[in-house]
Amino acid sequence: MRIALFATCLADTLFPRAAIATVRLLERLGHEVVFPAEQTCCGQMHVNTGYARDAVPLVRRHVRTFGPYDVVVTPSGSCAGSVRHQHADVAAAAGDDRLAARAAAVAGRTYELSELLVDVLGVEDVGAYYPHRVTYHPTCHSLRVLRVGDRPVRLLRQVRGLDLVPLPAAEQCCGFGGTFAVKNADVSTAMLADKMRHVLSTGADVCAAADASCLMHIGGGLTRLRAGVRTVHIAEILAATETGREAPA
Amino acid sequence: MTSRDVILGRIREALRGYPAAGAVPRDYRGSDDEPADMDLLAGRLADYRAHVHRTATIGIAATIARILGDGRVVVAPPGLPLAWLPSRVEVLIDDGLPDERIAAADAVVTAAAVAVAETGTIVLDASADQGRRVLSLLPDLHVCVLRPEQVVPRVPQAIARLDPRRPLTWISGPSATSDIELNRVEGVHGPRNLHVIIAEDGS
Amino acid sequence: MTRTFLGMPATAPRGVGHLREGEPFPAAARRALGDPQLRRNLGHATTTIRAKSGRVIGELPDWQQLRDAGSALKADTMARLPELLEQLESAVTAAGGTVHWAADATEANRIVTGLVRATGEQRVTKVKSMATQEIGLNEALAAAGIEPVETDLAELIVQLGADRPSHILVPAIHRNRAEIREIFLRAMPGVDPALSDEPAALAGAARAYLRETFLRTKVAVSGANFAVAETGTLAVVESEGNGRMCLTLPETLITVMGIEKVVPSWRDLEVFLQLLPRASTGERMNPYTSMWTGVTPGDGPQQVHLVLLDNGRSAVLADEVGRQALHCIRCSACLNVCPVYERTGGHAYGSVYPGPIGAVLSPQLTGVADNASLPYASSLCGACFDACPVKIDIPSILVHLRGRAPHPRAEAAAMAAAAYVMDRPRLYAAAQRAARLGRLTGRRGRGLPPPLSGWAASRDVPEPPPATFREWWARR
Repeated sequence: MRIALFATCLADTLFPRAAIATVRLLERLGHEVVFPAEQTCCGQMHVNTGYARDAVPLVRRHVRTFGPYDVVVTPSGSCAGSVRHQHADVAAAAGDDRLAARAAAVAGRTYELSELLVDVLGVEDVGAYYPHRVTYHPTCHSLRVLRVGDRPVRLLRQVRGLDLVPLPAAEQCCGFGGTFAVKNADVSTAMLADKMRHVLSTGADVCAAADASCLMHIGGGLTRLRAGVRTVHIAEILAATETGREAPA
Repeated sequence: MTSRDVILGRIREALRGYPAAGAVPRDYRGSDDEPADMDLLAGRLADYRAHVHRTATIGIAATIARILGDGRVVVAPPGLPLAWLPSRVEVLIDDGLPDERIAAADAVVTAAAVAVAETGTIVLDASADQGRRVLSLLPDLHVCVLRPEQVVPRVPQAIARLDPRRPLTWISGPSATSDIELNRVEGVHGPRNLHVIIAEDGS
Repeated sequence: MTRTFLGMPATAPRGVGHLREGEPFPAAARRALGDPQLRRNLGHATTTIRAKSGRVIGELPDWQQLRDAGSALKADTMARLPELLEQLESAVTAAGGTVHWAADATEANRIVTGLVRATGEQRVTKVKSMATQEIGLNEALAAAGIEPVETDLAELIVQLGADRPSHILVPAIHRNRAEIREIFLRAMPGVDPALSDEPAALAGAARAYLRETFLRTKVAVSGANFAVAETGTLAVVESEGNGRMCLTLPETLITVMGIEKVVPSWRDLEVFLQLLPRASTGERMNPYTSMWTGVTPGDGPQQVHLVLLDNGRSAVLADEVGRQALHCIRCSACLNVCPVYERTGGHAYGSVYPGPIGAVLSPQLTGVADNASLPYASSLCGACFDACPVKIDIPSILVHLRGRAPHPRAEAAAMAAAAYVMDRPRLYAAAQRAARLGRLTGRRGRGLPPPLSGWAASRDVPEPPPATFREWWARR
């Protein structure tokens, strides 16, 4: 299958390992991955901060960039959520019904990574090997916007060598929330403190999630504490094999 | 222009272009005629700390006597079957009793209009065998007698049976509060003791 | 000049009631976060209620269908609000009640104060009511020489403690049993000095304290959870029996109700009486629900008044996205699941409506400019939407209101610049390189300007990778 990768601006710029792992994983499973270079950002930060009008050109760009592809994958529950649940509304609110219709069409062909693997490609065991004690943070937008359910956990359970330990209060937000993390930095930090407490209580050496943004937040807190727990995107775990490099870079 | 006109005018203005709402989906379990589960009712009542007594109709008086004990002052609505009331209590039939006398009584005995098995609820509708609302409010002990045909499985059947023109009191266990650390604690202003007698063989 | 007439939807007036933030949410939240006792009390209470509520909701096989029905009923009600209010008015009037219309808080306070004055009484008992909190009725009554006595246990704790409510359902949720005992010992006349902090003992103290007041007070003021247009029936859902006392014992009953509380038909209560208790206190049914239709001769108050309150609701109704905030049945499930509320408590929100629903309702009732920080008091995690028994899409309303909030000039410029760059892939790639080369701040983010410095205060700044993804892609 030919799959277009929407890397997301955050993974592209700061966490390329998540996007690289997505490429390696899908290619290992026998699919062709393309990266349309005209892509930048889905505009979610603008929309969620109250600047939906500024996001209109970004929605237009996204729709133009990904319109030609049958299947689009992104290693981010949050950005997939923005494409699926915001783009058409942003276009419609700006009075561009044609763009809204095209955005809705792209949205219907856009999948978060675990959805693509389980629902479209029909695979749960991707042949990965990852000998670590891992706890999984499900992330709010994956859970409550995309409703990916237990798909990521089903994928992780099939990974050889992986010791998956449940995260207490897993469904609670880590406190990132985009610009919330700076506009309400104190509340955000209090939420993060509880999330880190739960992560550390598991004794895991890796905290995994399907969103680079939440991982940036949790990871930024854990390294500040010198906590000795790594944050790793689920794509990196699924891309790791016994023979290959564990961390694609 | 009255405030009534102002408010209605504002709402009409706000609703201009408001899409007419679609039909209300009622796919939930409705008010179909189903038998009520007496064991479920008893269990749900007990869950919320009501005392449940199951007896034959003939045993109502004896059950009430056991609950009340001797020499107590008991309020009763005017239409309550007198045969239910034990001989060794002082009975005050409500004929417009002042609130103070009702408050000073030890207990009240009433019938009910409807009971809901799934939620453990009894509903009083101020009929003659239940009386004015104040009767079942001020005494600290409320004994309520249910007949099986008054028990419905769920809330929709109760709503279908009740007459909204009557004053209705839905009671689920004794007075309680969740105001201290969000835990249910029994015993605030209403009766702190609720006894429900289910008279199994009908009346 | 813009054309206005009396019938234009209007926000709640300033200077009366409790709908506006005293200071921006982040500042108030910061103070609350620094109170470990508050954090512990809230964490304990919200964890307890979430578990209880989850259990009893899980018992119903048709919970989602009930939510769908509740949501649709509310939408239908809003669409037909004028006719339903007129129908309600006729039904209440036909049953012997009197209906009053209050365009705003000031008028509602004037109506209620006038009705109490006309009875010649100097004291009223009160059933917990968000509407009367919203309009500041207690202050208005006190100013008229009338003593309002709050009879709900949590409201009593707040009133005796000279405190402010912090939760829709449990206004004293921020207090634990030891603190409540202290408040009672300090402020409750005639309290047993040996009072323990057992919840049952505390409830008993409130019972003893209020009993005489209930029996001797001839006027009560209540809110209403529901008003049935078809029959004129009003309903109050409660736990303690203080509601029954106030609705039964006085000669005069005055009910103040927001216009959005009307429901079309008697049958509709079969939906809401299933949704509300399970979502709010986590019970299959709350201990007491009272329903009354006008006056019943010889039973209960013989003078029955209903005050229908607008106070900004028509302005909420005029907002196509935001109007669903009026569907709220005040269960407070959204507060109990909100990670922000759980850590800050209700006072940080300023308004009497705290938590997620408050963050969408208060700014709409007052106009966004008067509660500008509230739409941002959320991480948009979506837990509130899932918990809402009438499916109010709170996250979408928050985002919508952020678009209407006044934006700081520097932020607006930065957002516009970011959008400009992101719409130009070459510029975007150059910016990515610049970010890497210009990494002067270090992981601790030293020298970052606000608000980015807020990030670095508690979180490391990510280490830029050796190459961006698009650079890696171009090289492979």
